[in-house]
Amino acid sequence: MTQYILRRVLIAIPTLFVISFVIYAILSLAPGDPLAQFAANPAIPESTRALIRTQFGLDQPWPVRYARWLGQALQGNFGWSFATRSPVSDIIMQRLPQTLQVVGLAYLIAIAIAIPIGIISAVRQYSLFDQVATFFSFVGFSVPAFFTGLILILVFAINLKWFPIVYNTTLEIVSWETFVQQVRQMFLPVTVLVVQQTAALTRFMRSSMLDNLPLDYVRTARAKGLADRVVVLRHVVSNSLIPVVTLIALGIPTIFAGAIVTENLFRVNGLGALLITSIQNSDTPVVMALTFIFAILTVTFNLVADVLYGLLDPRVRYG
Amino acid sequence: MSEANQALDANVTSNTATRLQQLSSGIATGKPRTLLGDAWRRFRKHPLAIAGSFILVVFTLAAIFGPLIYTKNRDALDFVNILVPPGSPGFPFGSDHLGRDLLARSLYGGRISLAVGVVAMVIAIGLGTLVGAVAGFFGGRVDQALMRVTDLFLALPIVPLLLLTVYLFRDPVTRAFGQVLGIFIIVVTMIGALAWMQSARIVRASFLSLKEKEFVEAATALGVGKWPIMFRHILPNAFSPIIVAATLQVGTAIITESTLSFLGVGFPPDTPTWGRLVTDGSEYLQTAPHLALIPGGLIFLAVLSINFMGDGLRDALDPRSRL
Repeated sequence: MTQYILRRVLIAIPTLFVISFVIYAILSLAPGDPLAQFAANPAIPESTRALIRTQFGLDQPWPVRYARWLGQALQGNFGWSFATRSPVSDIIMQRLPQTLQVVGLAYLIAIAIAIPIGIISAVRQYSLFDQVATFFSFVGFSVPAFFTGLILILVFAINLKWFPIVYNTTLEIVSWETFVQQVRQMFLPVTVLVVQQTAALTRFMRSSMLDNLPLDYVRTARAKGLADRVVVLRHVVSNSLIPVVTLIALGIPTIFAGAIVTENLFRVNGLGALLITSIQNSDTPVVMALTFIFAILTVTFNLVADVLYGLLDPRVRYG
Repeated sequence: MSEANQALDANVTSNTATRLQQLSSGIATGKPRTLLGDAWRRFRKHPLAIAGSFILVVFTLAAIFGPLIYTKNRDALDFVNILVPPGSPGFPFGSDHLGRDLLARSLYGGRISLAVGVVAMVIAIGLGTLVGAVAGFFGGRVDQALMRVTDLFLALPIVPLLLLTVYLFRDPVTRAFGQVLGIFIIVVTMIGALAWMQSARIVRASFLSLKEKEFVEAATALGVGKWPIMFRHILPNAFSPIIVAATLQVGTAIITESTLSFLGVGFPPDTPTWGRLVTDGSEYLQTAPHLALIPGGLIFLAVLSINFMGDGLRDALDPRSRL
């Protein structure tokens, strides 16, 4: 097992290097000058601009800049933001909790809803329940996240006025009332992500159950005289969960992408909202760090998925 | 015995009965059954897939011929009729904050959205098929290298990268090809270039098993070259999963494009793609909700139809897999 994990980690590390290199290359080769906003400002003469350029190291060729960036990034230093002139890592650390809160909660709820629905759908295949669940999961992954969000805002925030439209990030939980306020403002963004994720997970759980149900070990369990409940919940579900666990880990990057949309829709100032504003401001250091962090998340969760798969299914380890 | 098993048994009995019937009367009815005919018979049993295909045909025809029949100018301003609700005289879908006709804009937007979906799908599937076919057919080192590249692409953060590349390369490409065509080219290429991995895996898996079959051996013995064997002999046998993946890919590409437009990084502000219309409309959510709901509903309906059609095709062409 240790060998298997080690092999996976050894694949993951070069992957991250290549990805960071690719992102850096795209950013550097793209036309557009990060100091363009200074060029328009008459208060900053050409000589000052040249000075800033050397200070930031922008006069060096990009492979050199990449090597420097990488050396610093490995020590946790992602440079300084052009827009706010504060360390990128500080800005990201400020924003990370908001994103993790909404995304993490949404994912947990989605898993808690999707697995039971998938189980019932598979056991009662083609029943009314299954057909309704199937229909809704198709609806769930056909609707773009921003559209779900707009409908929820229209119905629950504008017409019914149950939840606030705009997320208040400065809210601190000090009392029961502020806690309720926090829950209310998280409700809509979390729901959007839950709709998106539940749909896919339900289908995966159902199809994995359907793969397992006709197998011999299920017949054996039934032949031993075990109750239907025990056969399904103990034997079939635990085996069906193996591929689903992998998909849960692999789905985490998707939900972060979904968070980019919801954060812009509800004005949650998390990482996704930061990415959009930084791209629009040509704030290259922040964009680079954020894209790289999304890459790290993707690669890390791929790794987690691989390791979990190896733990749960011994056949994979010796493949 | 569980319900699942009972259902299975019932199925088998009915199947045997029909087969017996076919055996006794089949020769009399004459017509031979074709693969395509079988697929169509299975597809027909899927009411939602039929409904989805019908809606898609209507949408496609509307996108192609709609602007020719409904000739109202999509950019004409009308400050007398600002934000009128759908169904008003002269404005079947209502109008926006500048009095522009939403139906004319939605028809034109459908053209762009559907074209983005189809072209991005062609790029993604073409690339995926090529990579998968080469990897699966040649195996060994080639396979390892290509699959490593595939894994690398799977680890890329797709949405941030799309936002980034479209934003960064927007200016030079639009200068070279014009506003709308330029953005169309970047959006479509980037969506295609970041979405081929799944089809590559599917095609590789089919090729790995198909290349060991006797008909490949026969073709090799007859002296057929490697590339003709790959694309003339093996590929047609791997079509079913590719067609299903291609269908679903169109839906994903439409959603991705509309998300980019929604985040303000897609087509220029005055180009009425469906995603862009939703973004612009979302500012009038309180006073004129139809502005966001109609184009959003069109995206949803188009993608839902595509997904149902893909599901029907999967049952029809690839009966063993189920998702």
